[in-house]
Amino acid sequence: MNTLNTLFGEKKAKAKKLVFKSVDEYPEVPLTLGTTLINFTGDWRTFIPIVDESKCVKCYICWKFCPEPAIYIKEDGYVAIDYDYCKGCGICANECPTKAITMVREEK
Amino acid sequence: MIEVRFHGRGGQGAVTAANILAEAAFLEGKYVQAFPFFGVERRGAPVTAFTRIDDKPIRIKTQIYEPDIVVVLDPSLLETVDVTAGLKEGGIVIINTEKSKEEVLEKLKKKPAKLALVDATTIALEVLGLPITNTSILGAVAKATGIVSIDKVEEAIKDTFSGELGEKNAKAAREAFEKTVVYEL
Amino acid sequence: MPKKVVSGNYAAAYAAKHARVEVVAAYPITPQTSIIEKIAEFIANGEAEIQYVPVESEHSAMAACIGASATGARAFTATSAQGLALMHEMLHWASGARLPIVMVNVNRAMAPPWSVWDDQTDSLAQRDTGWMQFYAENNQEVYDGVLMAFKVAEHRKVNLPVMIIESAFILSHTYDIVDMPPQEEIDEFLPPREPLYTLTDFDNPIAVGALGTPADYYEFRYKIEKAMEEARRVIKEVGKEFGEKFRRDYSQMIELYKTDDAEFIFMGMGSLMGTVKEAVDLLRKEGYKVGAAKVRWFRPFPKEELYKLAKNVEGIAVLDRNFSFGQEGILFNEAKGVLYNTDAHPIMKNYIVGLGGRDFTVSDIKTIAKNMKEIIERGKLDREIEWYHLKR
Ligand code: SF4
Ligand code: SF4
Repeated sequence: MNTLNTLFGEKKAKAKKLVFKSVDEYPEVPLTLGTTLINFTGDWRTFIPIVDESKCVKCYICWKFCPEPAIYIKEDGYVAIDYDYCKGCGICANECPTKAITMVREEK
Repeated sequence: MIEVRFHGRGGQGAVTAANILAEAAFLEGKYVQAFPFFGVERRGAPVTAFTRIDDKPIRIKTQIYEPDIVVVLDPSLLETVDVTAGLKEGGIVIINTEKSKEEVLEKLKKKPAKLALVDATTIALEVLGLPITNTSILGAVAKATGIVSIDKVEEAIKDTFSGELGEKNAKAAREAFEKTVVYEL
Repeated sequence: MPKKVVSGNYAAAYAAKHARVEVVAAYPITPQTSIIEKIAEFIANGEAEIQYVPVESEHSAMAACIGASATGARAFTATSAQGLALMHEMLHWASGARLPIVMVNVNRAMAPPWSVWDDQTDSLAQRDTGWMQFYAENNQEVYDGVLMAFKVAEHRKVNLPVMIIESAFILSHTYDIVDMPPQEEIDEFLPPREPLYTLTDFDNPIAVGALGTPADYYEFRYKIEKAMEEARRVIKEVGKEFGEKFRRDYSQMIELYKTDDAEFIFMGMGSLMGTVKEAVDLLRKEGYKVGAAKVRWFRPFPKEELYKLAKNVEGIAVLDRNFSFGQEGILFNEAKGVLYNTDAHPIMKNYIVGLGGRDFTVSDIKTIAKNMKEIIERGKLDREIEWYHLKR
């Protein structure tokens, strides 16, 4: 897979949850208190979006609208979905002007 | 400590006069304080400003109620303002006026120990081309009180206004210094 | 050392320039002060290299200072009264993000009715924002205060903003002699800022304004309090160093004047304490054993100093040029609170004085001294809070 085009690439694997056990472990200033990369919202999904590249016109509306975000643009210009983070909300399917994305029931 | 009160009208530079007098006394090596009456100022309205001069640091932070010296920049104020209010015994009054000693004394509620008169408006008009009397009147203050020398007054004026403006104002002060008439009463 | 006859506002502007402030953000219209005017003049004359950001409100002025400070710049602003009130939300942001911004506030009474005169309620209403507060007695203290403020604020153990507070008119528009050390000596005292973090470190991007859940928020509050505690030590250190370098000592958070053998003392903040000292000298000539305690730093509050002082006097007349409606004078309230759990319990009376610029004179202080003496002799308060000037 092409890591360059994913939103998260290797960072996903390296992401660590920040846990502060004592007040001294806290940073002095409340900056960067953690990363949502550790938050695999893919667990929340009951419907899964599937992209049909034959209908896709590369308008990237889905990419813009995904609230997570979980959609990235591949090197060939088509969009793909990082299912570790896609929570199945269906916004992409709703916004896609060509109906290239369909939500399919997912049994886990 | 010497306390001075200036009476003028908004726009005549009474506040600047108080500041320049403080600067001149500072150049003489004194401790000083200068401030306007803490009010809302408008052009033409009666304005008061104050200067304190002492040999030790001035800590007091109140208005001046009993001045040693009163300076009046605008003769018309004598009609409406009691300029000698609170004037200490032995106090000095300095007035910009064309009038005579007798005429002026008639208008003062309290007789000062010393009265100094100068036609600062004419001097200002001749030297500056403007009826702004705040610098010329300081020449009269130097003459009548001796609390600052005319040299330091000129220096303080030049510190406040740069270039030609400073020179002209210093000249006005010097001329007023020479023309001021002082009466011991 | 060069001395200048300047107003309190100009003293503040000179200090900002001499502190090599890099960014000044301000709303240049009323209730803005001549501090910003003078700084604009410095910039226009090429005398100071300062980025001046004119904004559309005081709220935005503080926001711009926060942004500038978060990039590592030394940021400064000034305001007064309603302007300070409008900044309120942003004041919390500055301290919460631990940014050493310095601001001069000219103490002006809050409207209505409209007033442009001296009153401390505007700054004291910002008591709980996490800003340090220093009350100046005279123009020299305004100037010195700004220089020290940056050093204290930027100290690596502190990183909190400071408000330097001066009286409207009584300092802001009064000309007085201010001693300004040579720039090289100031630079030595106040080296360039070493920021705790910076937004412009693009190799190590950070998120500012993160969410603090109930699991974490609490600890960050504690950290601010810890920094305030450190500040107590740092303030004394910096004040001492300032004294050694520039011969004006600020190592005491409460300045004591003739308190050693005093039976009772006057306690207060800001410019009115100059007049109080003058009155103390006169009262002593009349046989009163009185002294004065000027609270320089209101935040962090000098608890220990107050305790030591209170232990050795029979009475304290707290002079508040401010009021917390529904309670009492704010300094009085704080001081009583500090002493409650100690063994120091002098008789304390609150005199509400000078609100909205009412002149507070030597003869007023003499009247109060007489009243305090009677109270101490009787061993009982006549009343706890006295609206001293009230026309009855
Ligand atoms: S919105 Fe539809 S057409 Fe546009 S990029 Fe996404 S999948 Fe393709
Ligand atoms: S279903 Fe929702 S979360 Fe998943 S890709 Fe589409 S917009 Fe993003």
